[in-house]
Amino acid sequence: MAEMLRLATAGSVDDGKSTLIGRLLYDSKAIFEDQLEAVERTSRERGDEHTDLALLTDGLRAEREQGITIDVAYRYFATPKRKFVIADTPGHIQYTRNMVTGASTADLALILVDARKGVLEQSRRHAFLSSLLGIPHLVLCINKMDLVDWSEERFEEIKAEFRAFAMKLDVSDLSFIPVSALHGDNVVERSANMSWYEGGSLLHHLEEVHIASDRNLIDARFPVQYVIRPQNQTDHATHDYRGYAGQVAGGVLKPGDEVVVLPSGFTSTIAAIDTADGPVTEAFAPMSVTVRLTDEIDVSRGDMIARVRNQPHVGQDIEAMVCWMGEASTLAPGSKLAIKHTTRWARALVKDLQYRLDVNTLHRDHDAPTLSLNEIGRVTLRTTQPLFFDEYRRNRDTGSFILVDETTNNTVGAGMILGPTEP
Amino acid sequence: MTTTYELSHLRALEAEAIHIIREVAAEFERPVLLFSGGKDSMVMLHLAVKAFAPARVPFPVMHVDTGHNFDEIIAFRDEIVAKVGARLVVASVQDDIDAGRSVDPSGPRASRNRIQTATLLRGIEENRFDAVFGGARRDEEKARAKERVFSFRDEFGQWDPKNQRPELWSLYNGRTAPGEHIRVFPLSNWTELDIWQYIADEGIPLPPIYFAHKRKVFLRDGMWMADSPLIARTDADEVEERSVRFRTVGDVTCTGSVESTATTLEAVIAEVAATRLTERGATRADDRISEAGMEDRKREGYF
Ligand SMILES: Nc1nc2c(ncn2[C@@H]2O[C@H](COP(=O)(O)OP(=O)(O)O)[C@@H](O)[C@H]2O)c(=O)[nH]1
Repeated sequence: MAEMLRLATAGSVDDGKSTLIGRLLYDSKAIFEDQLEAVERTSRERGDEHTDLALLTDGLRAEREQGITIDVAYRYFATPKRKFVIADTPGHIQYTRNMVTGASTADLALILVDARKGVLEQSRRHAFLSSLLGIPHLVLCINKMDLVDWSEERFEEIKAEFRAFAMKLDVSDLSFIPVSALHGDNVVERSANMSWYEGGSLLHHLEEVHIASDRNLIDARFPVQYVIRPQNQTDHATHDYRGYAGQVAGGVLKPGDEVVVLPSGFTSTIAAIDTADGPVTEAFAPMSVTVRLTDEIDVSRGDMIARVRNQPHVGQDIEAMVCWMGEASTLAPGSKLAIKHTTRWARALVKDLQYRLDVNTLHRDHDAPTLSLNEIGRVTLRTTQPLFFDEYRRNRDTGSFILVDETTNNTVGAGMILGPTEP
Repeated sequence: MTTTYELSHLRALEAEAIHIIREVAAEFERPVLLFSGGKDSMVMLHLAVKAFAPARVPFPVMHVDTGHNFDEIIAFRDEIVAKVGARLVVASVQDDIDAGRSVDPSGPRASRNRIQTATLLRGIEENRFDAVFGGARRDEEKARAKERVFSFRDEFGQWDPKNQRPELWSLYNGRTAPGEHIRVFPLSNWTELDIWQYIADEGIPLPPIYFAHKRKVFLRDGMWMADSPLIARTDADEVEERSVRFRTVGDVTCTGSVESTATTLEAVIAEVAATRLTERGATRADDRISEAGMEDRKREGYF
C-alpha cells in the first residue's frame, strides 16, 4: 500500500532548491520527454553549459521572465513505496504567506542551505515557520557539498549551528543530509564522495520516515459537513435515511461509540459509519464518511460530533497565532472579519494584538499596533458563535482557522489556536 | 490483525475530493459539474455520486459541446447521465456560431477549441452557476501547477494568477459577489496514473475510444489525427489504418491519438506507467501553440 507524503520545500534564492526538486523528479522519472526537451531547448538558447533542471519547476510566464518563483507550486512524483506531493514555495521574506500556505498541510519540511554560506537568517525563518505550522518532520539538506570539497567538518559545523537554533523551536524530528543537487550526490543514491556520511539518501529518508502516527488518533472529532437525506418517497430502503457526512478530523470513530453533538450537547450512539462502498467498522482521519446516530436529534452543518468523555473546547474567546496575508489591509484591535473553522463560519472581532513576532529573531514586539502582510502575531479573538476547537499543537484540523475580509471576500489571515482565552 | 490507521494514497485522494465536493454542495447555491464523458469527468462524476450516496447528486452536469465530437462520446455521455439520474445542461458552440456570437474558424487547421471558452462562460452566466467543478489536475501543465482547488473567476470569467486566495489546510473560502464564480478542482492532487489506477480499482466505465482500436488516421505534427469530415486534410496528409487509442476526449479536430495495442485497462495502465510523454504534450495540438499557450487560455476563462 503506497502512502502519500506531503512535503514543503524552502530555501533562499540560489541555494539550489529548484535543482534539487528537478533532480528528484528527473531521477524518479516523473519528468516526461517533452518537458525535458523544452527545458533542454531553453537551456541551449540561453547558452547554459548543462541542462538547467531548475527550469522544470518554473511556472508562470511572469516568473520565467523575472527568473523568480512567486507562488506555491505543487509537484508530484511517486516511487513504488510512496506518492509525494511537493509544495514548492519561494524563500524571499515577502513571501512568508506562501510558505505558510505550503506548510499548512505538509508532513515534512525540506530546508536547503548552501554549504558555503551556512545557516542564514532565511534558513532560520523557514525552520521557525515549519515549527509554527506544526510540521512534524524537518530535514535540513546541506547542498553544494561539491563546492566545499565534500567536507565532513563543514557539514558538522552547520549541523551544530542549526541544532542550537532549533532547540528554541518545537521540532520533534530533525535530520541532516549532505547533498549535491547538481551532481545528484545523496539525492536518490548514496554518494561515493562522502563515505563519512552514514545516513541514507534524501529519497530514502522521504520513503521511510514514519508519518502514520503524526495524526491525532486519540481525540475523536467529526465536524459535520453535510446532512444526507435522500427523501426518496418510493425507495423504502432509504426513505428514513439521515446521515451526517464529513471528514474525520481526529481520533477513531466506531459504531457503538457514545457521542455528544455540539453545540446542542445531546448525546447519542453511533449506529453505523457509511461509505458509498458500504459500512465500515471504524473511521479515522482523513477519511470522508457518513455517520448515522441511533437517536433522531437535530444535527446540522457546522456541528461537531465528539466522544462524551473527550470533548473539544467550546467557546467564543480564543488565543491564536495569526499570519496576516492581506495586501491592502492590516489586522488591528477592533478589526471585524469572517472566520472559517472546520465546517463552521462565524464573525470574529480582534480584541487584542498581544505582540508581533519577528520571524527572524523570534523577538516579541508588545507595542506593535497592527499586523500587515506577512507579519505574524499573537491575537485574542471574540467570535459571534461558539467554536469547537483544540490547540493547534494537538490537532491541526480542529486547531486552525482562516480569516476572510467581509468586503473583498479575500482570505486575509491564517490562524493557529493556542487555546481558550484565560478569563 | 493490528490496525495501522494508514490510508493508501488513492483512498486519501478520494477522501480529499469527496470533502471538496461536499463543501461546495453545502456552501454554494448553484454548483454544476462539467462533464464531457472523458476519463477525468467520469472520475469526477463517480466521486460526486459517492459523496452523496445513498442520495442523488444534488447538482446538474454541463457539457460544453463543440459539435465536433467523436460519435461514441455523445451516446456514452447520455447513457451515464441517465444512469446517475442527473440533469444534463448542454451549452452548444454551434448555437453561438448560429447566433453570430462566435465565428467558426476555417482552414485546414481549424479548431473550435478556442471559441468554446465563450460558450462555457455563456452557459455559466445563463444558468447563474456560482461554482463550476472541473476535472483539471495540477500535474497536467506548468501553469496549472499553481492553480488553487477553489479558483476565483471575476465577472468576466477570467483567471488572474496574481489575484488568487491563499489556500490553507482544508479550509476553502468560496465567498463570492454576484456575477463572480469559483472553479473547483477536486482532482488537483491526482496524477494521470492515479486517475487510471482509480478507474481500474473502482470499475469506472469509459468510452471505447480510450482503448486500442483500428481507425483511419493521418500524421500531423507527430500526432495521429482521426480521419473525419470535420478535419480538412491537405493533399500531403496520407490516411492509413492504425491501431490507436486516445488519451483525452477533446474536440476531434485537435485531439490526436497514440499508437497502441492496449485493449484492457491493465494494458493501458502499463502503457501510461511506461510513457515518456505528458498527456497534453503528446496529444493536444492546441497546447503546442506556444509555451505559454495554456496560461493565456486560462486567463480568458478556459479551464
Ligand atoms: N556546484 C553546485 N551548484 C549547484 C548545486 N545545486 C544548485 N547549484 C547551482 O546553484 C544555482 C542556483 O540553483 P537553483 O536550483 O536555481 O536555486 P534556487 O533559487 O534555490 O531554486 C544554479 O546555478 C545551480 O546550477 C550543487 O549541488 N552544486
